Amino acid sequence: MVDPVLEIRDLRKNFGALKATDGVSLDLLPGEIHALIGPNGAGKSTLIHQISGSLKPDGGTIRFLGQDMSGLDMAARARLGLARSFQTSSVAQEFSALRNVMLAVQARQGSSLRFLRPVMRDRSLVEPAMAKLERVGLADRAHVPAAELSHGERRQLEIAIALALDPKAFLLDEPMAGMGPEGSKRLTEFLGNLRREAPILLVEHDMDAVFALADRISVLVYGRIIATGKVSDIRNDPEVRRAYLGDAA
Amino acid sequence: MKREAIANAGLALLLLAVPLAASTMGEPFYITLATRIAVLALAAVGLNIALGLGGLVSFGHAAFFGLGGYAAGILATHAFNAEPLFFGIPSTTSMPVIWLVAMLVCGLIALPIGAISLRTSGVYFIMITLAFAQMIYYFAISWPAYGGEDGLSIYVRNSFPGINTARPLPFFLVCYGLLALGLMLFWALRGSRFGAALQAARQNATRLAAVGIPPFRIRLTAFAISAMVTGLAGALFADLNRFTSPSMLSWHMSGELLVLVILGGKGRLFGPVAGAMLYVLLEYWLGGITERWQFFLGLILLGVVLFARGGLMGLIAGKERHG
Amino acid sequence: MSTALLIEQLLNGLQLGVMLFLMAAGLTLIFGVMGLINLAHGSLYMIGAFACALVAAATGSFWIGLLASLVAAAAAGAIVEILVIRRLYERDHLDQVLATFALILMFSEGARWLFGSFPLYLDIPPLLQGAVPLPGGGQYQLYRLGIITVGVLVALGLYLLISRTRLGMRIRAGESDREMIAALGVDISTLYTVVFALGAALAGLAGAMVGALQSVQVGMGEPVLILAFVVIVIGGIGSIKGALFGAVLVGIVDTMGRFLLPQALTLVLPPSQAALVGGALASMLIYIVMALILAVRPSGLFAAQS
Repeated sequence: MVDPVLEIRDLRKNFGALKATDGVSLDLLPGEIHALIGPNGAGKSTLIHQISGSLKPDGGTIRFLGQDMSGLDMAARARLGLARSFQTSSVAQEFSALRNVMLAVQARQGSSLRFLRPVMRDRSLVEPAMAKLERVGLADRAHVPAAELSHGERRQLEIAIALALDPKAFLLDEPMAGMGPEGSKRLTEFLGNLRREAPILLVEHDMDAVFALADRISVLVYGRIIATGKVSDIRNDPEVRRAYLGDAA
Repeated sequence: MKREAIANAGLALLLLAVPLAASTMGEPFYITLATRIAVLALAAVGLNIALGLGGLVSFGHAAFFGLGGYAAGILATHAFNAEPLFFGIPSTTSMPVIWLVAMLVCGLIALPIGAISLRTSGVYFIMITLAFAQMIYYFAISWPAYGGEDGLSIYVRNSFPGINTARPLPFFLVCYGLLALGLMLFWALRGSRFGAALQAARQNATRLAAVGIPPFRIRLTAFAISAMVTGLAGALFADLNRFTSPSMLSWHMSGELLVLVILGGKGRLFGPVAGAMLYVLLEYWLGGITERWQFFLGLILLGVVLFARGGLMGLIAGKERHG
Repeated sequence: MSTALLIEQLLNGLQLGVMLFLMAAGLTLIFGVMGLINLAHGSLYMIGAFACALVAAATGSFWIGLLASLVAAAAAGAIVEILVIRRLYERDHLDQVLATFALILMFSEGARWLFGSFPLYLDIPPLLQGAVPLPGGGQYQLYRLGIITVGVLVALGLYLLISRTRLGMRIRAGESDREMIAALGVDISTLYTVVFALGAALAGLAGAMVGALQSVQVGMGEPVLILAFVVIVIGGIGSIKGALFGAVLVGIVDTMGRFLLPQALTLVLPPSQAALVGGALASMLIYIVMALILAVRPSGLFAAQS
């Protein structure tokens, strides 16, 4: 048995009387894409926020590469190698696509307390950033301000930023959201190859993509994981069909 | 971009040419006016680092402006009376030393103020920075050793090696030189790794944290650097007027510094210069027409805020673009 | 130190707190409902004081003056809201700060233009002249007790207004969801004008009442405004309960600090030094308290939003 990259045990979070996360345990193994699915309001975003560090759990543990992350803020978790993409694209709007990726390269290289050398003439920032943009197919839009990119392009930019962090695991929150069929197809293929670099915890509504990509699927309903298993197991699980897939498939 | 570069060069030359011309024509008043512009512009360059790059609306920068002023005033007073400072350390009238002290003091005080203020954001940040500045203001008023409410006179303007600072033009050139350095610092910061992180913190702090850079540390550093530059300007301002008083620490001063940045165009390299020119000239021109110039200054400011977003540099050079 | 002196100082602190509450309640209401930070609130305080002093001088009645202060401040508030403030709701806080800073310049200079730089004086009404005895000997000014009573009544009135009336319901709805309240068919711009005028009237009332204790002059609103900011930051911006708590806290801490600190320091310092250091510390005390509270609770004690 290999050690999981990300290991969540008995995670709990309440908002008043609502149990948004109700004893969730989840593993992300090396080399896999683990998809997290569930109906709206199941608590997927709450779970993602707790893993990435923007929300403090009420109980339970999250270990990453064997290390307990409970005391760490979002930035510290990112530095450990946990790259997160956002459900609604979240980039620096005034910066060009290139500068957005350069920021991640800069973060990966270490201290940002360097005050004089111009970043745009720093090849150790520009070149790796450009290479990531090329990988996601956004090189020709490198100098366009993020605010002027199309929705789909901004999703690609999110992926490029995550790549630039050279992470040990990806945490992708609905990367397909709002993408056209063509874009979804390309991204599906891209993510399929990406798992060789680092495992992916994938939250996604696009069931075609999930069934095509996932090595394992966990189903989250009302803050609890009701099933975890291979794609075929999940498709045939009666409880899942009743709670979730029944009205989707 | 090109239009902005031309506008910047034009402003820089104009600010240099007017006092030179005034000097040959024997009009020292205009040299003093230009010096006032240069010093206030430098103070606003400092604020522009926090406000323009970092989006930190500090309503308490008068604290640093005034502390810089008091550093100059207190050192000059001790030197004038030949009293040592403390532990027998002699005081000095040397401007470079005074500037260093002013910047050091401001940096050290900005760190705890920033550390507490930056735990908050939005309106809270505005009001807390204001409150800290008021705290220092009331301290200055109630502490009689250095003049209390009456302020502190600098009987002889502090000295700079090789330059007769008592004459208006050389002193202007000193201030102009420091303004140039301040602008170069702003330019370098904006383009640097630190500047990239700071501007990202303004645009999207969550994104910055998500790539692994803690916004708090970046902002706190920016706040301290910003305070140091404004403090340096405060020391110059005290030497310009040969006087330091609690009014340099007052919340009106904090408001004025914000106004300078906004009038000129926040985040723009030469925004503070344009803003200080406009402000000082308005003050001078309106003051010549009517005793009630503050009323009309308020009216013009209101007009700018409501109808001319982007300030003077926005009007001259159009919308700003990042590389 | 005698008990009577201590009680007197406590009452002074309470009176300052009550006066700060009248200012802070308006500020926090306006912020809670409209999301606006209004620096010119101190100008409305000044307008109230001037209106009271002028009308009282003309009619010979403090009470008519007090009424005039409410009317004048509310009217000034409504006019400013319609002409300027409503253009600022959608703007960021920086624009709001600058625009209302500009309003201060205009109000202050305008008042100097109209009334000159010399302070006006306002007499305490005959009904409230004199003093009442305090337990332990000593006396307390009746007028100051009157101010405390008015403050308590206003706090009660605001509570009833917001929890029991239709206007209060709309204010609460406006705080939680602007679109919903528009969807309910409430004329939102009228509501905003009314809320702003209400806040202005409270500031004007405070100005008029304090005018009889001090003098009425240009710039009188500014120190009070900044204290009121400290109050709402401590209490949690948008919370009236927080404003009440913060106001009383600030009033008492400030007054007692000025009273007790110089005396306490005589235990460790020579008297002249103790007065000096104590005085300087006391003037900074509320800001230190604020910093401590914010270090623990960055959005105040009774923050409206989590």
